[in-house]
Amino acid sequence: MSASQSRAPHASPAVSAALVAAAVGIVGLLIVVPLASVFFEAFAGGVAAWWTALAHDPDTRHAIWLSLTVAPVAVAINTVFGVAAAWLVARFRFPGRSLLISLFDVPFSVSPVVAGLALVLIFGRQGLLGPTLAWLDWKVIFSWPGLVLATTFVTLPLVVRELIPVMEAIGPEEEMAAVSLGASGWQVFWRVTLPNIRWALLHGIVLANARAMGEFGAVYVVSGHIAGATDTMPLRVEKLFQEYRTPASMAVASVLAGLALVTLVAKFVIERRLEAESRDLEAARSTAETPA
Amino acid sequence: MSIHVRDISKSFGAFKALDRVSLDVPDGTLLALLGPSGSGKTTLLRIIAGLEHADEGVIVEDGEDITERHARQREVGFVFQHYALFRHMSVFENIAFGLRVRKVPTAEVRSRVEELLHLVRLEGLGGRKPAQLSGGQRQRVALARALAIRPKILLLDEPFGALDAKVRVELRQWLRRLHDEIGMTSVFVTHDQEEAFELADEVVVMNHGKIEQQGTPDAVFDQPATPFVMDFLGNVNVFHGRVENGRAFWHGIPIDYPDYPHAQARDARVYLRPHELEISPLSGNGQAVTGNGRASGSLPASVLRVTRNGAITRVACRPHGSDAELQVDVPTEVARGLQMDLVPGAHVAITPRKARVFLPGPEYVI
Repeated sequence: MSASQSRAPHASPAVSAALVAAAVGIVGLLIVVPLASVFFEAFAGGVAAWWTALAHDPDTRHAIWLSLTVAPVAVAINTVFGVAAAWLVARFRFPGRSLLISLFDVPFSVSPVVAGLALVLIFGRQGLLGPTLAWLDWKVIFSWPGLVLATTFVTLPLVVRELIPVMEAIGPEEEMAAVSLGASGWQVFWRVTLPNIRWALLHGIVLANARAMGEFGAVYVVSGHIAGATDTMPLRVEKLFQEYRTPASMAVASVLAGLALVTLVAKFVIERRLEAESRDLEAARSTAETPA
Repeated sequence: MSIHVRDISKSFGAFKALDRVSLDVPDGTLLALLGPSGSGKTTLLRIIAGLEHADEGVIVEDGEDITERHARQREVGFVFQHYALFRHMSVFENIAFGLRVRKVPTAEVRSRVEELLHLVRLEGLGGRKPAQLSGGQRQRVALARALAIRPKILLLDEPFGALDAKVRVELRQWLRRLHDEIGMTSVFVTHDQEEAFELADEVVVMNHGKIEQQGTPDAVFDQPATPFVMDFLGNVNVFHGRVENGRAFWHGIPIDYPDYPHAQARDARVYLRPHELEISPLSGNGQAVTGNGRASGSLPASVLRVTRNGAITRVACRPHGSDAELQVDVPTEVARGLQMDLVPGAHVAITPRKARVFLPGPEYVI
């Protein structure tokens, strides 16, 4: 099996050089330089000052802690929902299926601020479920559950969208084979379905986590922006910046930016595995005899 | 284990995949479900396996109604068209899967898998991943995996469809030997009549969700029950003719057809297989020949085209006084031995050795 080399057939050297220069220039100006300057600013006063800004401000510490707890919970909810929803959509044909797939995408097209407001309208004190929640003494808006809800909402498409095409490409035959060999539903899931989708799932999780950590708009609305209570990292960055504490703001921002770099590396590694898997899938489907 | 299928129907939306199909598979038989795509053969196989649920009808195994039994409990070995091997598992784990989910002790799993690797001649390849195997090897892993659980019946969906011609023939013969060794009731689906005829004890020809004919390969080939079967099993020349008083006429040549003894003439269709026609120089006229439908006499024709296809020479002719085209397959040896040159424009006599007559019935679809 030879990897196919794709090459633009008609680009002259001058044109391709100009295109490359333009692409590098735009990426550099819009992505690399700003990101580098965040790190530059964050460490302008030295590592000690960076560390102090992060660790010795109780509100900042709380914001980091809050982000590190809200994001994983939202991602976990997304993972369970994403796997179940993708399986439903990829394995069954039912009326309203296309509509359902379109609905998965709503969080991508709705402004996060609108999403936050919508949640307030449902779960807020004056909201639809307000009286019930008050009676139960559950605080959702301006509290931790609200943050989780908002974060889950905005990251909802990431896992399920990643899984649907992969599950459809794999097809139901392996699962059917497992059933005919005597496997129960859970055995099929753990031994066949999950191993087959693991890299796609991890890819979705990494993307969802990055989005969850960085979410600002929806969380801003539902959190009430209370320092030391409902401020997540992005909210904290904004607040410190508004208070003219730029070095502290940049220190928190550098943590978020660092996270983005880690995500980038993880994404790269996972995508290579995904490519290898899809090549395997193709090889397994190929009708050609390859000498082993 | 014998299988009895009774009045099974299955629809997918408006499409009727199976229409009250009944079928008996005697114990130890290797049976082929033969038909074009969309004839319902794969659906029937999946219903027998429990992977698909019939809308109506009953499946009985050895006198026991298993219609409602879950696929998991049917003890059926199923080999999928594209093998459906577990890609992330080694060959060993693929074969072991059915034993592992049954919580068979590890030592027993090991010995059973080794035994199967030996049976399918893949010793030493247990550590490979499916992607590292050739198509024929994957096919054998799929078979070993299905056999590991000691199924009562073995079902194979287009088992050789994804292999190239040479491997296909080898594996076919190997599967036949394997079946003779273990003697398990087996059903396989194919659209390739050669495969069905070479491999199977019994052939079931399906079309449009119905069974057209069931019988031994010889019976099905020699006495096709319907025009569809005749048509599907290889090339055939079809002509309009007339039938009356127990005889049909094709270009004036009488063919016995005792099923229609009436005096009133009726339209009929005459089916002639290209290899059941004889060709001779026009002067040496043919004699009466016998067969299923007795035909006598010969027909003058002129040669249109001649193509050599290895051992067979195909001759396209046009009967004199007709604009129909007739295909005749002659063994190349015989063609060479003729007292004439088979070239376009040559005049020949065509003698049918065998002909079949079908009256167009309401069920007849072309």
